Amino acid sequence: MKLLTATDVVFGALIVLAAGSPAVAQNPPELRWGGDAEGGAPYVEADPGDPTKVVGYEVEIAQLLAAGLGRSPRFIQTAFASLEASVARGDFDIVLDGIEDTPARRARLAITIPYHQFREVLTVRAADAARFRMLADLRGRRVATLSATLAYELLTKAQAESGVIPITYEDDVHPYSDLVLGRIDAVLLDDVIAARRVAQNPGLISQPAEVGAGYYVGILAPGNTALRDRIDEILKAAMRDGRLEAIFRKWKMWNDDQQRLYARVTAAPLDIAADTSTSGTTTAPGQWEAVRRYLPALLNAALITLGLSCVSMALAVAVGVVVASGRVYGPKPMRLALTAWVETIRGTPLLLQLFVLYYGLATVVELPAMFAAFLGLGLNYAAYESEIYRGALEAIPAGQLDAARALGFSERQTLLLIRGPQAFRLALPAMTNDFVALLKDSSLVSVITVVELTKQTSIFANNIGSWVVPGAVCAALYLLLSLPIAHAARRLERGWSRKRV
Amino acid sequence: MSAIDVAGLYVRRGNRAVVQDASFGAERGDILALMGASGSGKTTVLRAIAGLDPIAGGTIIIGDVHVDASRPLRADGRRLLHRRVGMVFQFHHLFAHLTALHNVWLAPVHVLHQSQQQAEAHARELLDQLGVGHRVDALPHELSGGEAQRVAIARALAVGPPVLLMDEPTASLDPERRGELAATLRQLASGGTTLIVATHDVEFVNACSCRVMRMEDGRIR
Repeated sequence: MKLLTATDVVFGALIVLAAGSPAVAQNPPELRWGGDAEGGAPYVEADPGDPTKVVGYEVEIAQLLAAGLGRSPRFIQTAFASLEASVARGDFDIVLDGIEDTPARRARLAITIPYHQFREVLTVRAADAARFRMLADLRGRRVATLSATLAYELLTKAQAESGVIPITYEDDVHPYSDLVLGRIDAVLLDDVIAARRVAQNPGLISQPAEVGAGYYVGILAPGNTALRDRIDEILKAAMRDGRLEAIFRKWKMWNDDQQRLYARVTAAPLDIAADTSTSGTTTAPGQWEAVRRYLPALLNAALITLGLSCVSMALAVAVGVVVASGRVYGPKPMRLALTAWVETIRGTPLLLQLFVLYYGLATVVELPAMFAAFLGLGLNYAAYESEIYRGALEAIPAGQLDAARALGFSERQTLLLIRGPQAFRLALPAMTNDFVALLKDSSLVSVITVVELTKQTSIFANNIGSWVVPGAVCAALYLLLSLPIAHAARRLERGWSRKRV
Repeated sequence: MSAIDVAGLYVRRGNRAVVQDASFGAERGDILALMGASGSGKTTVLRAIAGLDPIAGGTIIIGDVHVDASRPLRADGRRLLHRRVGMVFQFHHLFAHLTALHNVWLAPVHVLHQSQQQAEAHARELLDQLGVGHRVDALPHELSGGEAQRVAIARALAVGPPVLLMDEPTASLDPERRGELAATLRQLASGGTTLIVATHDVEFVNACSCRVMRMEDGRIR
């Protein structure tokens, strides 16, 4: 009899799921809409009164659209960065989450008419209000925004023109808290977001000058134009009869810009992007042209990945050796304390440790992002290294240690001359393995604003709207970094075990 | 003056006394064979003298080093003891990452602070005398059992201990080599080294014409 393998079980489960899901989707008819509740108010956020529900103006627009279609709305939580790919795959019908209208999106997805106009505004510390009035005043300064947004494109343009340094964040809360702390000098983001954050941080003000403007649209899979057209009609009707206005008034987002936008949109069938879009992107470049354009940035990011991994590994090895020695040779209280430290580090996610180091400690000590990344990765891996070294030290036969003592070697000499060198050889394969893992785990530091290889690839992919070529280039670069290390380690091992068959 | 004097030695393992009230001595240049069945306590006696296991009672006096159960040695006392007593283990316990030659000169350089040149020359000499001069560059795993045993003896001799303890030195030797080892030990003894050899090899004991002491259940008969 053939035993069930793990693969069989997984496939079986997938078949059951696949068979089950259409029935769920059909009855009752639903409008499945995607968003990221982590983005928060006023877009979509978990209802403070009932965390299983979401609230926000997008939620009310979804209700309005669903009612117009005779369906019931169902919210599907998805990470912001994955919304586009998910809707294109058919995970849900439409995305409503402050999605900007860009030529790149127009080229590859079905896009609704715009339902809200936003302005990009520059937020600075009140003390700097007089000297940082616009982007051109921020030469050589760090200006934060969200990656893959219109604001990011405006910043990269300003980088070329006036030398500002764009810093990308994954969320829209930390740019403002880091601005308060002085880690950055300005934030460029949508007025909707800026207004909320400035209200929460009394030390910040937004400059009145408009840096750019754009529109929020709903996005659907490219083949879903029929549904898109029906939704456009519902939106236009809601613009005419004031239901959209009521929603935006309720969320304090109504202003003259919206009035003018609605007037234009409902007046005639028009292509709003053709005459008013201020997006920096022109036509989407060919993939190979795009690779040529992004390659220098990717190579630079690969160097950051490699450099960060090397120094972090050096820290991990140094701390790992000390911790392992303490656990093998130290007195009992020290052994207990070190064991507790190792288990804490190993038992909690690296991502959490990075957040705590960079954001959590920010009120006590402000670590620069790159240093926090080095410390986070280095100390995390130190815990794993120390376990490898401890195991390797304990694997050296006790007889050799007796022989060393009988010859008069001190404990320290025995460790340095006899136990350590042999333990290092035993540990090397595991260390090589860890270094390659660290090389890949270093991609996590993008959450604390370090742009390394994976982050740069994701920016690249979001800008050209495809992961195929950027993903392949990125994978090739990671392999280029890791294969020589594995090769060198294998040669070293072979050298040690000469003649051993 | 005795080279070594053991009086009323007790060694415990947990609650069990594995060596009880052992007393004996040896003069400079003596070869003392400690005979007895497996488990009779021979190895334990050697390990206690070498300072590898703590003693529960009695005294051990080796030249200027006095070991007393009631006053455990501090680090410097232990270091001095290790200079006075060498030990060759039943299994060779060579340092696995070093060549035969390197195994032999490591302690003279790092413990006795000899120059590496001097220590290496002496190491070659010892390995030549023990018949393994052609194996200086071999790693321990490349040596036969007998070769490894002789490298281990050279390693113990390199630091020149006045008292050398050997645990079953013939266990991995063929009969021909056994005779050679007996000759080597006689030569060492005539040079002034005191040897205490734990063994149950009667032929070997006869070959090195040594004084015999029997152990049974942790006691010397």
